[in-house]
Formats: sequence, structure tokens, C-alpha cells
Amino acid sequence: MSYIEIRDLHKTFFHHGEGLEVLNGIDLDVEKGTIYGIIGFSGAGKSTLARCINRLETPDSGSIKVGDVDILKLSKKELLEQRKKVGMVFQNFNLFDSRTVYRNIAYPLEISGVSKEKIRERVLETAELVGLSDKLDSYPGGLSGGQKQRVGIARALVNKPEVLISDEATSALDPQTTLQILDLLKEINKKSGITILMITHELNAVRYSCSQMAVLENGRFLEKGSVESIFNNPKSHTGELFTKVLEEFQNISFSGGEGI
Amino acid sequence: MSLMDASLWEVIRASFNPDIWKELLVPIGETIYMTLISSVIVLVFGVLLGICLTLTSPDGLLPLRISYTTVGWLINVLRSLPQMVMIILMIPVARLFFGKSYGTNACIIAIAASCIPMYARIVESALLEIEKGKIEAAKSIGSTNRQILFKVVIPETLPSLIRGFTVAVIAIISMTALAGMFGAGGIGDIAVRFGYQRFQHDRLFACVYILIILVQITQGVGNVISNRILKTRNLI
Ligand SMILES: Nc1ncnc2c1ncn2[C@@H]1O[C@H](COP(=O)(O)OP(=O)(O)O)[C@@H](O)[C@H]1O
Ligand SMILES: [Mg+2]
Repeated sequence: MSYIEIRDLHKTFFHHGEGLEVLNGIDLDVEKGTIYGIIGFSGAGKSTLARCINRLETPDSGSIKVGDVDILKLSKKELLEQRKKVGMVFQNFNLFDSRTVYRNIAYPLEISGVSKEKIRERVLETAELVGLSDKLDSYPGGLSGGQKQRVGIARALVNKPEVLISDEATSALDPQTTLQILDLLKEINKKSGITILMITHELNAVRYSCSQMAVLENGRFLEKGSVESIFNNPKSHTGELFTKVLEEFQNISFSGGEGI
Repeated sequence: MSLMDASLWEVIRASFNPDIWKELLVPIGETIYMTLISSVIVLVFGVLLGICLTLTSPDGLLPLRISYTTVGWLINVLRSLPQMVMIILMIPVARLFFGKSYGTNACIIAIAASCIPMYARIVESALLEIEKGKIEAAKSIGSTNRQILFKVVIPETLPSLIRGFTVAVIAIISMTALAGMFGAGGIGDIAVRFGYQRFQHDRLFACVYILIILVQITQGVGNVISNRILKTRNLI
């Protein structure tokens, strides 16, 4: 049984009276514990899909289930609790500059009224997991991109969520740092069995980290399946753009483990 | 001493005469008193109104058209009145509150009515400066609107709020001087009574120095605090 289950999701944005259909009948099944890649070009609707999963955006129709929870049926209060169970990591990190690394990581616990001792315990534990133990008193303003994203990941994980949505988490990072962050996500997935939805426009990232993937274009999945099968024989109906990029990509020598 | 029968140099020298400054002690106290009380009032109500505007704006956390439009309209109306008109207009209002229409406290009402709307707009634009992504992150963590406001938006924009408050306090100082013409006492009163009506330009100069010093101190303190916060956060 799939852990995240999305059925026939639609979302249209209206701009000056003109409708833009950003999600156009999305079906998605993500098994518990997998790292699932969603790849697509800029504007494909990836972030909108991600935001629908914890209802930062309300879809027009369709259904979203995470575990046993029907996301679109939650009351406002239940929704706030549900969001604590879905961690989110962003391209621009979106850290709080007014807080030290420690207090950034502590924020999710702080707003839930967790005791100071318990917060301390969890923050130290999570900081160690992402390799930030020596940076706890720094402010985000003084960190490198990779370190910032580690804080972002720690903040998303400190509540021990069941799902982590990574929306272009590595897109602002250089190749080497990207690899470190991807390794970190893989390690976390292995250790805790957390389900990761990895949204990206970088084929490398998907190939390196994910077992399953889906290709999104114009609000529709062009194909879904195991990363291996899609990379080896992209379907003929796969969007032209994607196929082209994929071909180019396959011409470049690629070594799974070392470089991206 | 007047510029009409003494050289500029002589007047400047006379303006540092200790006797003049002794007489100025009480007016300086009045000006500082008016500035402090007005600043507190402007800070409290300006922040409240600014928050109200930001929250209820169409892109805000609690969009509410009626409130947004009404508050915005009220602020614009108050801001379109020149400071002097505001003082004259507030005379009957002051009588209602204090039983008399002149004096320091009466002028504080006019200062508040004039500077609260200004600071409210400054607060609004400072709060709007926050990156949308930070609010998105706070929401994705399950924050309530109250938590987003008090734990994210205000702390993140604190340096801008402080710099904006500096601007407001300087506007308040300048308005206390104007209010002096209308019986509020303080430095402005001295400047008008001695400098304008009796041509005692040495006293006028002393008033000018005091106003300059007050404004410089305010700006300096504002800059130091806001820069210290930015430096702590490694943002400059
Ligand atoms: N809140 C919104 N209002 C109007 N249009 C939006 C909004 N959010 C996204 N869009 C539009 O929807 C499309 C898909 O956006 P997005 O989901 O961010 O794509 P991606 O993350 O794949 O780049 C874009 O054309 C974008 O301009
Ligand atoms: Mg996006």
C-alpha cells in the first residue's frame, strides 16, 4: 500500500481573469521509506504539487492521502498538527536570520510547547545527524550554502516527521555540496526510513538518490516508474524537451557515485 | 543679542553664554518630555496599526478588506494634513481630554495624530520586506499566524523597524519645536518668543544647537542598535 496517495489533483491559478492550469490530473503513489524523485522543468508545477501535500496550497479537486490522513478533509487545527509531520526543505533555505542555528532547529519544537530540556536533547541529536554540532551558536548569515541547507534539513527533521519534501533543495548549491546534501538525505532515509519526495530539475540528483521517479510537464506526469527503467528507455511519448535533455545527459559520461 | 546690531561671530559667541543655557534647561526638559511621551505613544500605536495593515492586506496572513481599506484610508487622511494644521485641529480635541487647549500635553495629542500614521506606514513597509519564503517555511512547520508574526516576521524585520522608529522620533522632535508656537513650551517656544519676536538671535542659535544635538543623538542611537543587530546576525 502506498504511503502518499494522490488522485486526480487539479489546480488552476487565475491571473487577470485568465486561468493557468498548473496541476492537471495528478496521480501519485509513493511507498513508505522510498526516495521518490519528481523531475520537471521550471514552471512544470512541481512546487505547487509539493505545496498541496501539506495544503500550503488548496487544490481545486482531487484527493491527497498521507498515511491514513486525508489532507483535504482536515480542520484548520488538525492541519497545523499534520504539517508538523511533513518536513519541508527549500531551494532558498528560508532560514530565520534572527535565530542562531540552535534556535532555527529548535523552532518547530518551540511552537509546539516542548520543554526546554527536551528541545535541547532533540536539537543536539538532530544537529549531530546533519553534521552541524559545532555551528549551533552561529547565525545563518555566517554559514555557507551547504551548511545553511543542513540547518534547513535539521529544522525539517527535528519533529521526526514521516515525510520529507525536498523542493529543489540542492538547486542553489555547487556540484560538490549538492553531492554532500544528497548523501545526507540518503543517509537519513536509510537510518530512519523516512519517506522523501525529492523535487528537482536536476536529472543527476534523481539518478543519484531516487529509486522511483516521475516526470512532470505542464501539470501532468508524462511517466512514472523506477529510475532505472526510465533512464534506460524513456517512453516515446515522454515530452520532447525532457527526452532531449535526457539524450544530452546520457551522452555525458556519468559516474553514479563520484561526481555530479 | 541680535544679528541686527552685532556680527555673526559675536552672536555665535554669545550663544554659548552659560546664562542662556541655564535658562534653556527647563525648555530642554519640556522638549525631551514631549518627545519621550510622544515617541512611546507613536511606537505603540504605530506598530499596532502597521501590523494591522500588513496582516489584513490582500496578501497578508489574515486578509480582511474592510479593515485594510478603512485603516489605510484613515492613515492617508491624517497624513495629508500638514503638522501645523494638525496642531490647530487638535486644539478642541485637547480641550476635551485635558480641559485646556494649550500646553505640553495638548500638543502631544497633535504630535501623536500626525506621527502615528507616518510610523504605521513605515512599520507596514518594514514588515512587508520579509522574504515570502520565510513565512512559507514557518507555515510548513505548522506555525499559527500569531507565531509567524511574533516569532518570525517581527524578529526578522527588527532592524528595519528600529531604523524606521528613528525617523519617526526625529519627526516628533521637529514637531515639538513647531508645537512650541502653540503654547507647548520647550525649545520651539524659546526659539519663537526670543529668536523671532525679540530678535535675540543668540538664544535662537542655542535652540538650533539643541535641536541638532537631539536629532544627531537619536539617529546615532538608532544606527548603533540596528547595526549591532545586523552584525550579530552576520548580515553586514
Ligand atoms: N500563487 C500563484 N499564483 C499564480 N500563479 C502561480 C502561483 N504559484 C505558481 N504559479 C504559476 O504556476 C506555474 C507552476 O509554478 P510552480 O509550481 O512553482 O512550478 P515549478 O516549481 O515546477 O517551477 C508557474 O507558471 C507559476 O507562475
Ligand atoms: Mg519550484
